[in-house]
Amino acid sequence: MSDLQSQDYVRRSASTMTPPMARSHEDQVAKLIDVTRCIGCKACQSACMEWNDLRPEIGHFEGSYENPMDLGPSVWTLMKFAEYENEQGNLEWLIRKDGCMHCEDPGCLKACPAPGAIVQYANGIVDFISDKCIGCGYCVKGCPFDIPRISKKDHKSYKCTLCSDRVSVGLEPACVKACPTGAIMFGTKTDMKDWAQERIVDLKSRGFEKAGLYDPPEVGGTHVMYVLHHADKPSLYSGLPDKPHISAVVEAWKGFIKPLALFGIAAAALAGFFHAITIGPNEVTEADEIEGARVLRESESEKSP
Amino acid sequence: MTNTWQDIKNANVVIVMGGNAAEAHPCGFKWVIEAKIENGAKLVVVDPRFTRTASVADYYAPIRPGTDIAFLSGVIRYLLEKDAIQHEYVRAYTNASLIVKDDFTFKDGLFSGYNEDTHSYDKSSWDYELGNDGFATFDDTWQNPRCVINLLKDHVSRYTPQMVSRICGTPQDKFLHVCELIASTSAPDKAMTSLFALGWTQHSVGAQNIRNMAMIQLLLGNIGVAGGGMNALRGHSNIQGLTDVGLLSNQMPGYMNLPTDKETDFDIYMSTRQFKPLRPGQISYYQNTRKLFVSLMKALYGDAATQENNWAFDWLPKLDIPLYDIIKAFEMMNNDQMTGYICQGFNPLQAFPDRGKIRRGLSKLKFLVTMDPLDTETSRFWQDFGPQNPANSAQIQTEVFQLPTTCFAEENGSLVNSARWLQWHWKAADAPGIAMSDIWIMSGIFHRVRELYRKEGGVFPDPILNLTWKYTDPISPDPEDLAKEMNGRALADLTDAASGGVTKAGTLLDGFAQLRDDGTTSSGCWIFSGSFTEKGNQMARRDATDPREQGIAPNWAWAWPANRRILYNRASADPSGKPWNPAKPVISWNGTRWVGIDVPDYTPTLNPSAGASPFIMNDEGLGRLFARKLMVEGPFPEHYEPLESPVENVLHPKVPNNPVARVFADDRAAFGSPKNFPYVATTYRLTEHFHFWTKHALINAILQPEEFVEVGEVLAKEKGIKQGGWVKVSSKRGEVICKAYVTKRITPLTVDGKPTHVIGVPLHWGFTGQARKGYGANTLTPSVGDANTQTPEFKAFLVNIEKTTAPAT
Repeated sequence: MSDLQSQDYVRRSASTMTPPMARSHEDQVAKLIDVTRCIGCKACQSACMEWNDLRPEIGHFEGSYENPMDLGPSVWTLMKFAEYENEQGNLEWLIRKDGCMHCEDPGCLKACPAPGAIVQYANGIVDFISDKCIGCGYCVKGCPFDIPRISKKDHKSYKCTLCSDRVSVGLEPACVKACPTGAIMFGTKTDMKDWAQERIVDLKSRGFEKAGLYDPPEVGGTHVMYVLHHADKPSLYSGLPDKPHISAVVEAWKGFIKPLALFGIAAAALAGFFHAITIGPNEVTEADEIEGARVLRESESEKSP
Repeated sequence: MTNTWQDIKNANVVIVMGGNAAEAHPCGFKWVIEAKIENGAKLVVVDPRFTRTASVADYYAPIRPGTDIAFLSGVIRYLLEKDAIQHEYVRAYTNASLIVKDDFTFKDGLFSGYNEDTHSYDKSSWDYELGNDGFATFDDTWQNPRCVINLLKDHVSRYTPQMVSRICGTPQDKFLHVCELIASTSAPDKAMTSLFALGWTQHSVGAQNIRNMAMIQLLLGNIGVAGGGMNALRGHSNIQGLTDVGLLSNQMPGYMNLPTDKETDFDIYMSTRQFKPLRPGQISYYQNTRKLFVSLMKALYGDAATQENNWAFDWLPKLDIPLYDIIKAFEMMNNDQMTGYICQGFNPLQAFPDRGKIRRGLSKLKFLVTMDPLDTETSRFWQDFGPQNPANSAQIQTEVFQLPTTCFAEENGSLVNSARWLQWHWKAADAPGIAMSDIWIMSGIFHRVRELYRKEGGVFPDPILNLTWKYTDPISPDPEDLAKEMNGRALADLTDAASGGVTKAGTLLDGFAQLRDDGTTSSGCWIFSGSFTEKGNQMARRDATDPREQGIAPNWAWAWPANRRILYNRASADPSGKPWNPAKPVISWNGTRWVGIDVPDYTPTLNPSAGASPFIMNDEGLGRLFARKLMVEGPFPEHYEPLESPVENVLHPKVPNNPVARVFADDRAAFGSPKNFPYVATTYRLTEHFHFWTKHALINAILQPEEFVEVGEVLAKEKGIKQGGWVKVSSKRGEVICKAYVTKRITPLTVDGKPTHVIGVPLHWGFTGQARKGYGANTLTPSVGDANTQTPEFKAFLVNIEKTTAPAT
């Protein structure tokens, strides 16, 4: 299956590639999460665990309905609950399903130094290809939404795949199928945007004047979008970024340093070519391994209490 | 439910009060969302806590637990004062016009006929004034002050917005806004649906909570119509089926009652059950009770039930008290009056009030048999699990037999859902290990007990020896065999009086209309008659075609009674037979018969001009704003404080609680006072779990792993309780040590001028299964029930809370 999916690559980390063009009839897809009809039941979390065979440890109660407490290598989606007192003094319980946003311009992919460890398909889904992942954690730094998590067991990075395995055979993601209230929808991005507009009209008629669609242009739009009652303040929803941005370091790497680096790579390739024909093959990822281990240590020490 | 899950989408207003539909019924809740999105409905939530349902509501109002009757009586007062009722409906379809006996009174919290010694009522005055013709008298001009509507107006006059706010703690403006939304559905083409569950039933006044809203729905003309109704959301996939087949100590299948010991013969038993019409031309369906009863007895005793032996009436047990409910059963265990207990699909150590008392009762038994697919707490009550189950095994002599059973996915059968649908399901997997079906186990017990009676005689062997057992496989009867027995058969060739058609002996009946009282028909549960006919298993039908896309798919499974999807649907049309709401008709009169998308809840060819009213099960044919003698605490709902309450009853301090509540002396001694237990607690479920089952499932345990209580920010600050910190919650009956969820979703309510704090106690954790060990909410709850049903008062009681440290493990 993944072989066929490789024909749908439009981007590939740390690689320059010519996207295969034979399969040209794919629509861009999107998952639309309408938080205004979400009841926080966690059926999506349950379905995600079931379909993807994920079983995080049984945790503790930590002062919130959120369980597990954070996204993790085995927790690819998570309901987040925020208690918000609005301007009228009335309580709102803002519940948001968190997980990978599948950015059109994915910070993780840009930041990833391992060739082909992060790919984007023609339908927009951003996927991690585990056998190529070196566990360096750059994707964590590159993500504007703080989504990927590195496993302490296998030192690989994990996140929601938007059920790319299901979508590639014409099924909706598992969370969409499980959602009892239709708060999670899936289809072409165009259809999802149209449907979102209908929802926004209804919400405005119910007094949510700032209702709107979250499809942030800062990352080129996303393939997971939200309908929010308070689209003017996304951060009310357990810290959804008001203006997500890819870290300046990553942007600098891609925008300014990369051309230089490309020159470097080309020079290295040329040198490598001469190296190969004169001396023989060499291990080229060793430095990456060391750097990866360092980042991993850092990220682990950040997470432990 | 009077209506169906799908029908919720037709509502203009959805009120969730006495329940938390999004939390406890997330799948069915999709129809509420559908009503909002497709029908522009407003969702209103009234609850002590800001719940998951409230999170998607258009309007939320808080209420103190146990004060729903004050709130709802205030709503009735508002509707009558603003004249926001559906007049034509109320006049034609309710008992508003009927005249009540002169000696019926209500004073200082008591209705006429109260006996202080027996804590019960002589209800003779709670009825209509009858005319010389034997029919109830009425005045449809409503001039007579003894009309039900005028007595009601008088009764609710005390429930002013100020009084409602004083009792319930609901701010007046919020109460009035809710009234306004409810009143908007008094228009004939507007409907409100009431969704409720155990938030109303689990009170000492539970049945009256529900009646109170039913009265509002009658006043608004919202019963029988699309998008209306009183919709009890059942908390278990087959709890509707449990009550339908009468698995309660005082009932038989199809909501027939067991005789009492005063009903010494069949004629006396029948004399109070075959209700003659109380107004001219009424259907009064229970005139047919004898047919239903005789057919049941033929199903139980076959050829042994004869005309000569009064259809084996003498073999039925006769009740000496109204109920042998669970509270009574554990009282008897504690008093050594009950020494053996067969516990089938039930976990009372987790599920019933005052866990300490339950544990002591089980410890006194000679034997306990548990039948369950799971390793329940009840079957392990004798084992020491630390502070969560401190048991001294050496001192417990109870012999425990733990019989593992199949679960629903491991057997064929039917489940009855909230909408009264009997849905057949098919076995999906083999049972693990030595688990056997409940049917196999119960059949085995039956055969062995019968053999003992055969050999040894015994005091009264007839009721056991004569039971009929004609199944293809007597060792483990096939569920289809049992379903056919419930449906019923012709026992002789039956000739239909009208059509002359003959139903051959031995064939399955088409419905309960064919039942007879001469022993020529049998039916094990008359309301299920029609579910398994000669056309096959109707419950197994799966055609989702919904002709008007109005939520009625008549060929999907089968609904009791008679495949009817909306009860009282005659009331969806005006007296002349035209739908009140032409956009959403259910049935209508076409000049010769009733037609529409549902099976008429009425005689199909009865002309509207004949004047038969829609509520055909009632002898006056009318919806009852005045309940006559059917409720033990009065014909109108009245606000009584919970047995454990933080305040006095401001309406009548001398009658603070339900005056007919049954309280055992030891239970009363275990009630706490607000001095030591100043906070109101309420128990509930969370979406992540189903009762005490899913903590055995890994994914559910991951999603909600550990016991906690919910505490408002103000109280937490007062008591120094930190977010996620350990607390000890105690009632006079026991204590729970767990973590605290400090939340904005519970705010202090001002009750009678004083701040009142509510503590929320989710109920899922115990000491078996995969989730972390917990003490269980029922450690705290009081042992007292609703005065009619004895459903325990889990929703309002008193506790204290202190911060503490983690329990020793």
